[in-house]
Amino acid sequence: MAEIDGGGGGKHKGKKPKGKKLSTKVDFTPMVDLGFLLITFFMLTTSMNKPQTMEINMPVKDKIENPDDVSKIKESQAMTLILGEKNRIFYYFGMTNPNVEVTNFSAKGIRKVLLEESKKRNPKLDSIEIYKNMFKSGKIKEDVYKAKVAGVKAYKDGIIVVIKADEKSKYKNLVDILDEMLICNIGRYAVVDITEPEKELIKNVQEPVQ
Amino acid sequence: MPKVKVPRKSTSVDMTAMTDVAFLLLTFFMLATKFKPDEPVMVDTPSSIAEIKLPDVNIMLITVDKQDRIFFSIDGQGVKEEVLKKMGEKYQIQFTPEEIKEFGLLNSFGIPIQQMKQFLALKAADRNKFAQSGVPADSTNNQLSDWIWQSRLANNNVQVAIKGDRETNYPIVKQIIATLQDRKVNRFNFITSMEKAD
Repeated sequence: MAEIDGGGGGKHKGKKPKGKKLSTKVDFTPMVDLGFLLITFFMLTTSMNKPQTMEINMPVKDKIENPDDVSKIKESQAMTLILGEKNRIFYYFGMTNPNVEVTNFSAKGIRKVLLEESKKRNPKLDSIEIYKNMFKSGKIKEDVYKAKVAGVKAYKDGIIVVIKADEKSKYKNLVDILDEMLICNIGRYAVVDITEPEKELIKNVQEPVQ
Repeated sequence: MPKVKVPRKSTSVDMTAMTDVAFLLLTFFMLATKFKPDEPVMVDTPSSIAEIKLPDVNIMLITVDKQDRIFFSIDGQGVKEEVLKKMGEKYQIQFTPEEIKEFGLLNSFGIPIQQMKQFLALKAADRNKFAQSGVPADSTNNQLSDWIWQSRLANNNVQVAIKGDRETNYPIVKQIIATLQDRKVNRFNFITSMEKAD
């Protein structure tokens, strides 16, 4: 049925020694089948998109020579997040007599808290959104945008988040919380080890009545 | 009955155009895609809004699955052979040139080095069935630390990427990060899937 006419019915000039005329029509259906088979093979065994990554920088883990050299953080700036099991996050502000509360990963949970607290300490935080819109509409160049955002994030009295993960938490929790840091434009955060007293603290916290 | 003969048109369709389209699509897929690397284990990565793409070359990939097994992979055949030789010297295991060449073609592995000879002797199809228990990374037997160190010595520009499953327990990731920090690697990447920022 599918065929290409190779001039089979063409010339009559010149007698052929054989009386019969052999048809020169080639049927191309198998060729098409082969082509689509190969396409299907390549579609299924290859992938076009390269995997995405999040870049992480950890501090250099040297032995602390002198405890006084460790930089001190103001209590009013510090917020500690503890990642617990079953996707729960416990948080408290400051260091002494913490009032531990629990929340989850939904948009109303930790993101709301982070945005509120961050704005309290760094009133210029809204300007990041404005800079982003300016960059998208082409009013400012990329390096200017990045410099401005870095400037707002590095605000001296902005919030500092300390992230501690309990043994029962999952890798997904860590990635999600680092994601929230990016979404809420938190300039300074660190992942550190959880301490024994904190493990006790989170055991005693009750789930808030919903 | 009136003898009206309906003129018959030819029903043969010219397929030249169809073959052209098929081969164009085929050429596109052959050039624009890369074969998916066959990993020993399927990992479901968590999603994040980060949009930085993973570079293609000079990557050291540490994969962790749900059962806390660690798989190690590094790209570059020459680099792989170099690393295996050095690891063999360290653990006093002698690898023959064929085994070293075989290792150069391997993609990702998750076995203690003591089982490496056995693993390399298997054919490719059997390797998938081999029960891989993961590269040991506990404090008494930290082979992962040695693999990382030797890879960095063999290839200075290597970047480290960690690919974990959603349900991987945090302590094993903490152990990997601690191992990396011990070997002075403080910048690395987490591989994640796409998520829309809302």
